[in-house]
Amino acid sequence: MIAHYGYADGSGEYYLIVDTDRCDGCGRCVEVCPNDILELAPDDYGKTVVRVKDEFVNSIGYICPACKRRDERCESVCEHAALSYTW
Amino acid sequence: MLVAGVDVGSLTVKAVILKDGEVAATTTLITGDDAATAARTAINEALKSLAERGVSATLDSLDYVVATGVGRKEVAFAHEVKTDVRCDAVGARHLFPSVRTVVDIGAESCKVIRLSKKGRVEDFTANDKCASGTGMFLDTLAKVIGVGVEKLGELSLKAKEPAKISSMCVVFAESEVISYIHKKTPVEDIIAGVHESISNRIFGMMNRVGIEKDVALVGGVARNVGVVRALEARAGENILVPEAPQIAGALGAALIAAKACEGGA
Repeated sequence: MIAHYGYADGSGEYYLIVDTDRCDGCGRCVEVCPNDILELAPDDYGKTVVRVKDEFVNSIGYICPACKRRDERCESVCEHAALSYTW
Repeated sequence: MLVAGVDVGSLTVKAVILKDGEVAATTTLITGDDAATAARTAINEALKSLAERGVSATLDSLDYVVATGVGRKEVAFAHEVKTDVRCDAVGARHLFPSVRTVVDIGAESCKVIRLSKKGRVEDFTANDKCASGTGMFLDTLAKVIGVGVEKLGELSLKAKEPAKISSMCVVFAESEVISYIHKKTPVEDIIAGVHESISNRIFGMMNRVGIEKDVALVGGVARNVGVVRALEARAGENILVPEAPQIAGALGAALIAAKACEGGA
């Protein structure tokens, strides 16, 4: 399953995209997130995968683009290329 | 076997009761400021209509209850909570077995879900950050136009030349609508423009997850035929709309409850 967390508004599209088939729930991305917006939780089919915490889904556009300049990002540390983003 | 699904939405609570796998009763009522009480009342109302037909049961005697919707975590008496994405998928698939893309336009959110051939969720996106593409967008603009929200659909079908609403934001769209009113643009054309604006927004989300046939539209806004037509024109696809689109999520929850019961028995 592909899960789009985020939104589109007048200024652009801000989605953090998780491919739950690729995610093995290792949690590396959760550890490197400086803003602690990620968590591991069972999806609707019972597989434990990474997701964006509910309280951050609508502020991704203000939080996540700042990580572009960091070397260690949720998406860059993922060995399975399970994460991607749209900004 | 008596199971229930309850969908606690931002504006309304929907309850569906299944008796041996068949829909036995449904209710829709305003959520208000106490989601837990509203959910309880919705199920009790449905049970009351069931009792009139000779099936007596109480909330406690239900075999299984699944809660969904934005307020699902408030429903303490539910045996299980499921996301609205999953429940919409199951509900829409039950109503239309051929469906691969489910669009849900609710009062304060919209969702697009793409399903596999077998009905598994393959991709989804949701928006509950901004009012564009939601029922609130319609509600707000209907007030400005001075037409009841339930009349929008029918009126818009009479439009000759839909007005162009370029703002995605409802606050700015409102001032655009007011300008059209000042310019004496026919009200049907303004309404059709509003519907086009919503369908543009939804179409953008549909493209993000990818459109697969058949497409179904659920959620309260699906009762507005103008939105359905506008979205059909925009997407170039025929859109399936169930008879009671607002209860699709609750129906999905009830079906999941029924399945959980079968599994446990």
